[in-house]
Order: sequence, then structure tokens, then C-alpha cells
Amino acid sequence: MKKLPLSQLDALFAAIAEKRRLYIPAGEAGTASFTPWREGLKLTDALNTARSAKDLFFPQVENLADFKVTGKQIQVIENRDPAEPFVLFGVRACDCRSFDILDKVFLCDPVDTYYQARREQGTVVTLACTEPEETCFCTALGIDPTDPAGDVTAWMAEGFLYLRANTARGEELLSSLPLLEEGEKPEQDRSVFEKLPLRDLDWSAFGGERMMERFNAPQWASLAESCLGCGTCTFVCPTCQCYDIKDFNTGGGVKRYRCWDSCMYSDFTLMSAGQPRPTQLERFRQRFMHKLVYYPANHEGEFGCVGCGRCLQKCPISMNIVKVARALGEEAKP
Amino acid sequence: MRREALIPQVVQVTDIRRDTPDVKTFRVVDLDGRKPFLHIPGQCAMLSMPGVGEALFSITSSPTNEDYLEFSIKKCGCVTDWLHAIEPGQQVTLRGPYGNGFPVDTDFAGKDLVFVAGGIGLAPLRSVINYVRCYRDRYGTVDIVYGSRSKADLVDYQEILDEWCSEPGISVHLTIDNPQPDWDGHVGFVPNFVKELGFDTGKTVVMCGPPIMIKFTLAGLMEQGFPRDQIYTTLELRMKCGLGRCGRCNIGDKYVCKDGPVFRLDQLDQLPDEY
Amino acid sequence: MQERVKAKAIELLESGCRVLGWKAGEFFYDVTPAVFTSREEIERDFVFNPFCGANQSKYLIAESRRGGRVAAFLKPCDTYSFQQLQKEHRILRENVYAVGVQCPGMCDMDALRAAGLRGVTGAEDRGEKLLVHTLRGDREVDRSLALSERCRVCKSKKLLDCDEMIGQQGEELVSTRFTEVERLEAMTPEERFAFWRGELSRCIRCNACRNVCPACSCEKCVFDNPASGAENKAPASSFEENLFHIIRAFHVAGRCTDCGECSRVCPQHIPLHLLNRKFIKDINQLYGPYQAGADLETRPPLVDFQQDDPEPSIVGERGTNP
Repeated sequence: MKKLPLSQLDALFAAIAEKRRLYIPAGEAGTASFTPWREGLKLTDALNTARSAKDLFFPQVENLADFKVTGKQIQVIENRDPAEPFVLFGVRACDCRSFDILDKVFLCDPVDTYYQARREQGTVVTLACTEPEETCFCTALGIDPTDPAGDVTAWMAEGFLYLRANTARGEELLSSLPLLEEGEKPEQDRSVFEKLPLRDLDWSAFGGERMMERFNAPQWASLAESCLGCGTCTFVCPTCQCYDIKDFNTGGGVKRYRCWDSCMYSDFTLMSAGQPRPTQLERFRQRFMHKLVYYPANHEGEFGCVGCGRCLQKCPISMNIVKVARALGEEAKP
Repeated sequence: MRREALIPQVVQVTDIRRDTPDVKTFRVVDLDGRKPFLHIPGQCAMLSMPGVGEALFSITSSPTNEDYLEFSIKKCGCVTDWLHAIEPGQQVTLRGPYGNGFPVDTDFAGKDLVFVAGGIGLAPLRSVINYVRCYRDRYGTVDIVYGSRSKADLVDYQEILDEWCSEPGISVHLTIDNPQPDWDGHVGFVPNFVKELGFDTGKTVVMCGPPIMIKFTLAGLMEQGFPRDQIYTTLELRMKCGLGRCGRCNIGDKYVCKDGPVFRLDQLDQLPDEY
Repeated sequence: MQERVKAKAIELLESGCRVLGWKAGEFFYDVTPAVFTSREEIERDFVFNPFCGANQSKYLIAESRRGGRVAAFLKPCDTYSFQQLQKEHRILRENVYAVGVQCPGMCDMDALRAAGLRGVTGAEDRGEKLLVHTLRGDREVDRSLALSERCRVCKSKKLLDCDEMIGQQGEELVSTRFTEVERLEAMTPEERFAFWRGELSRCIRCNACRNVCPACSCEKCVFDNPASGAENKAPASSFEENLFHIIRAFHVAGRCTDCGECSRVCPQHIPLHLLNRKFIKDINQLYGPYQAGADLETRPPLVDFQQDDPEPSIVGERGTNP
């Protein structure tokens, strides 16, 4: 394990940024975001960013291809943003787990080469949590916030930053930083995590089995009744990955781009032939069924939620996955 | 660079045939004049005109056709309106094939087959029917029940008359919704016609058509005692990627574009009714 | 207040109304708008506390058309939206039983978080103070610290068009709500442009502002309609996002009551209400004081014509630097 006095954090960031682009979580609570590091940029005091770290691998908008149309002829011009090496510093355990979930979607055959290129170029440095929010429930999903995964794991304790490489890519990063010294991190007091109000969330009602039972639960009507049908939960969620493909006529050609989409939106499944999810109830249900039932059914029981708590903090009407889990879990009890 | 599934190839429309007042069949080849890719009957592909949009269509031609792909397309939205206005020689983009297709070489092998189609629903079945015709000895009896609003709305009517009807071992049963002067065939809706024909419940049924036709045909078949695992149909939902990622066609743990569009009825029974 | 509102909710339910209110959540602050149809539900889940900030009037568009009567608890600022929606013929008034609830200003969890409180598990209302329980122990803070911006500059405690009231009728207040607008007006056009570009650059186009807005009550928004040519889910250029908000502000101009919901729900804390307030301030200056939703009769200045209306050029002239 390596260490560095926290007073030298800026020097560390400068050293990393010398060779590649570095992103750190910066800004105030509520709007903090992963920001390209520049001289003087400080780490945020907030526990987590408003938008999740998925943005760096699956951005809200990206170009797929350009087309040039001349008469009856079409020319396809591959014009993707070149993926360059970057370091993502300060990713929390929850967001880091979300990468595993997204990998299973984007890296299976046929691989999504846009996502893959960014994954291959990104080195993830996670940061262990010490001061959780009451909305945190990663521990209820088997994630250890005090020992997150990633290429490198970082801890801040007693005036030092401790760094442990977990992968070859992480080793490479640390070995390129001469200002690090050897050191062992002190034992962390985990007692605050034992006090988290959502630590005991019961997920036993969910998973791939009993799909139809969960789908047909009468609780969906009251859970969804005041949903505004906005995309806030979807867009701040680290595991939501539905997208739309759109064409934009630039005048000189056509830009085909991909952008985030939300199953909460009324036009998500709209066809000229009809609408299989006609009300917000069906759309709302789809989002939670996907995370808690459909995704696990296809991925060995793993849930499509990492317990980051963003939907708890951001939903305009305070409806969220925890309330869904409580309501449906309660119903499922014998 | 690795090939990206979302980036289409450019293909050329070489022939456009008007089938009905609102259905045209488009023949496409790649820029070298060859068939763009191989497929299984029932599979789909994404056709697009940049700037207009991209949409998923079932491949109507049979895999046994080695020269081109065909798509029978009904005019009903933005992309299809545009397609109906083009002329041969127009380039479009294509990617695919997507989906599972019909189990023509496994579950269908050796079986007596009944195809039930309504309107444009013949499009995906045409591929499998022509495949079965090509490998006729691999299958038992073949019945084709096909109905439309009127004679003019029967897709591929000429091919049906010239080729399917004259082939030994294939029984074609056509019907139209209302009587008309130049029609001496059956008149009535498909579900009732299927009931009247009274097929043996040991046969395998492959259905495609408007939801209302499927619903009532199905009720009739159930009444007659057909097992649910002997009935196949195809689903159609909004799709953007074709790869099981964009999320639109997700029903239960399935993605229609990837795990479908062909489902057995007993498989659909396991899924939420959101199609 | 909680007990009085809850008792009234039960009373109204038993008189045959459905009751629109707030359902308790996991914590003290994450209340969710809900329609209650049984006494058990109300007794178990109904809550009215300083975190019931959501403006429920927009729900009444659908609820008043559902058949039967619906009872709603409206805070002073909610009643402005309620009345404005009636003025736009969006709410069927006869199907609503409106209970006005006087309001000391509503709290905002984000304000507490911005004040550095983390891991907040509970709070006790102690008049001027709030005793906040956190994972690391208790902290007493000024209640004003937890107030949302819109409540700090509250424009009116007047309850409009209610069938009955809980608490005292209040008055219109002298508000400092235009101070921030004035600060922006004092900027050079370049500074102001940079300010808005910066703020709007955070937009993720989740549409929460639009969907919560009582003035955004179109059945089908132009931005959702593929046939409109303006439909979009994400910006093809970063300026599109900016236009979305500017167009929306224009669309609600003269109808926006300044309820502040747009800024409350914005997950990216964009001060969207300032766009609307700028319009309100301009309308007040150009056409004389006007408050949307204040009554049912006054003709809204933007859909009314008077011969002495200022010429549109006045806006252009004022926009140029002296």
C-alpha cells in the first residue's frame, strides 16, 4: 500500500493529470460532479456527485456516426470521439459496482464499442466512505463502502491518503507517481455504517423468481399514483442505461447520436400501432421491475441497484426504490 | 477498428413492388450487388434513411434466396411513409439480422404446419413458408390460412396463386372480410375460418397478424384443444437498437429484439402482458 | 398543525371525499403526495409537516375529473396556482373541497444538506429552531437555515378561494424576491449570458421542472411531440438545452405564480425560478402590478390589449447597454 500526506493532494492530482485527463468530484452538495481537474480544483465535501459516474463511460449524448446524403447515395462517416486515457478519481463503492452492472449490458456480444473504448481507457480510483448519508443502502446490497473495488482503492485517514492497486492498470498508475511512499492504513471505525437506517432492507421478495407475482402486485397503483413521469430517477441512476438513437439534420449532413432515454417517459414505447404501456403505472412498474426482477433474472440474481441513494434524494415526489422495496416486500411476506 | 453493431451498412434498393394499396415490397442488395447477410426465417433487420429515422422490419424473403433480401412494408409511420415514396436505385442503410427466428430446423422439423396470417402479418411468415417449400421433405403437411380486408389487400397474392397454390402438399386457404364481385373464395374473418377448417390438434400453428386476429384465433384453437407449446407467434414492439440494450422492447426478462420476436405461446404465458 | 390537518382529513374522508395529502416516507422529510381513500390509510400514513412543500394544485387537474369530490390541503402559495388553474379552466372547482392551511414556511432537505448536515435521520420542530438528529449525533440549527429559498422570500400568506381554513388568514407580504433578479439585471449582457450558460449547462433534461409546473399543463408538450419538430430528449448542441428553458419560461410568462416548484425539483439545482421572476418583474413594470392566480377576473396582461400598452421596442431598447 502507498500513502501520501493529504496536504500533497494537489501535487498528486497534478502528477496524474500530467499524463492523462483526470476527473475528480468537485462542487457543492447537491450539484457536485466529476469535473476535469485543473490547477486549484478541490475535491468536493459532498459524499457523492449529483449525477453518477456512469456519465464517464456512457455519456448522456454521444455521436454514433455521420451520414452524407447526395441524391440517392448515402455515405457513412465514422466520426466518433476518440477515447483517450483518463483517470476517474473519487468514485464511491456504489458507483464502482454500477460499472459491473453496466459491463454486463454493454460488453456482452455484440460488444458496444463506444462504451468498451471508454472502459479500456479509464482507470478507476475509488474512495472509501467514512461519512455516509442516511439515504445510503449499498451495505444492504452486499457492497462494502469502506473497501470499494476499482483499479485503485483510496482511503483518507489521519491526514493521509492511502492507495492500494487492485489491477494491473492500477499498478501502472501508482508506479507512475513517484511522490508516493510505502505505508499501511489504520483500521477504520465502521460503527457509523451499523447505524444506517436502511441497512436492513429486505430484498428477499425480489429476483428472477416470482416475476408475475411481483408484476401483478396491487401496490403498483398507489406507488405510481403521484409519479410526475419525469426522468430524474433514471438520469441520476448509476445503473439506468436505456437509450434512444436520434438523427439530427445539420444542414450539411445527418448526425446520428445516442442519448439517454427513460422508461418513465410516455413516448418510450409509443408505436404508430399503439402503446403497450399506456399509463404512468406501467412505466413506473417497468423501471423497478427491471432493476429488481428482470435484471436479476438475466444476471444470476444480481440486482440492478447499488444503493447509492440518489433517487431518494432527487425524486421530486420522494418516491424511490426503497419505498417500492418496502411496499412490495411487505406484500410478499407470508 | 472493431465493427460496431450500431453502425449500419449502405445497401441499395433494386426493385420495389406494390403488393396492396398500402404495402410495398422492397428488394435490397449490398453495394457489390450481393445479398447483404444471411438470416433465419422470422429474423428482422433495421432499415434506415439518415435524417428520417431507423425502424425494424421482418425479413420477408427466404434464406434460400441467395441473391437479395426483401422487406414487405406497410405504410404507417415516418420511416415507412418515406420508403413508400422512393424509387429503385435509392440507397438506404441496413443492419442486422436481429432476433431468434423460427425454429425451422429444430422444433418444426417433421411437423405438420399450419400458418395463420392476417394482412401484413404474412410478411414474416412468407420467409418461413418459402423456406419450408424449399425443404419440403423435412416437414409434414402444410396449410396456409391467410385473410385480409379485401382481395386488393392480400399481400403477395400473385406469388400465392402462381407458386403456393399449385404446389403439391400445400393447401392454401384464402379469405377476405367482405364479399366482392371478383372473389369466389371464402368470405369471413380468419379466426372463424380457422375454426371451420378444423385442423388436427397435433399440428404446429404459426400465427402472425393484428392483435385482434391473434386473440380470437387463439381462443378458437384453445377451444379445439391445441396445446400452447404448439403455437408460435411473433411480437412487434418499438425498438431502437436491436441488441437488447436500448430497453424499449423489454418485457419481463426478455428483449423482443434479441430473445424474440418469435415466441411460443407457453413462453408468452410466462411474461407480463405488455405487448 | 399535523394533528389538526389529519383530523380534518378524516372528517372530509368520512363526508365522502377522497383526500389528497402527503404520505409519510422512510424519513421525516421524504413525504409523497398521495390520495387517501380509507380511514386506516390516513391514520397510518397521513402526514403534514414542515417538509410538505410540494404544490399539490396540479394534481387537481386530473383528480377533479375522476368523479366524486376530492379534498385538498393547500398552502397560501398553492392557492395561487389553484386559482390560476381555474382561470385556465383546467380544474373543475365544484369537484374540489379546498382546505387552506396557513404556512410558516416550508423546509427543504437540500437546504439542510447545503448547510453541511450529513446523515440526517430526524428533526424536531422547535419553533425558531430545528433539532436535527444525524448519524453522528444531534445538532440544533435555526429553522430559517432549513427554509427553502421561495419561503425565505415569501410573497403572500393569503389563502385564496378556500372552502375553509386551518390557521389564520394571512396577508400579502413585502417580499425581497426580486433582489436576485436585480442582481442579474445589473450584470453586463456578457456576464448575464455567462451566468445562464453556466447554470443551464448542468441541465440533464429530465423534464422534472416542466412536469411539476402547474402552468405546464398541456396535454401533450411540444417537446414530447415527434410531429412538432421541436421534440428532443437530449441536446444536439448545448444551446438547445438553454432554449428549452427559455421557451418554457416564455410559455408560462403571465401565468406563472412564482410557486417555485421548478427550482425545488431540479436535481441539478438550476435557479429556474429566476427566469420566471424576471418575467414577472418585467410584466409588473411594463403593464402594472399583476399577480397570476390572485383572482379569477383580472385579464392577464399578456393576453390583453390596452391602447396605452408600451410598445414592444421598449424591451429592445432597455436590453442595450447605456
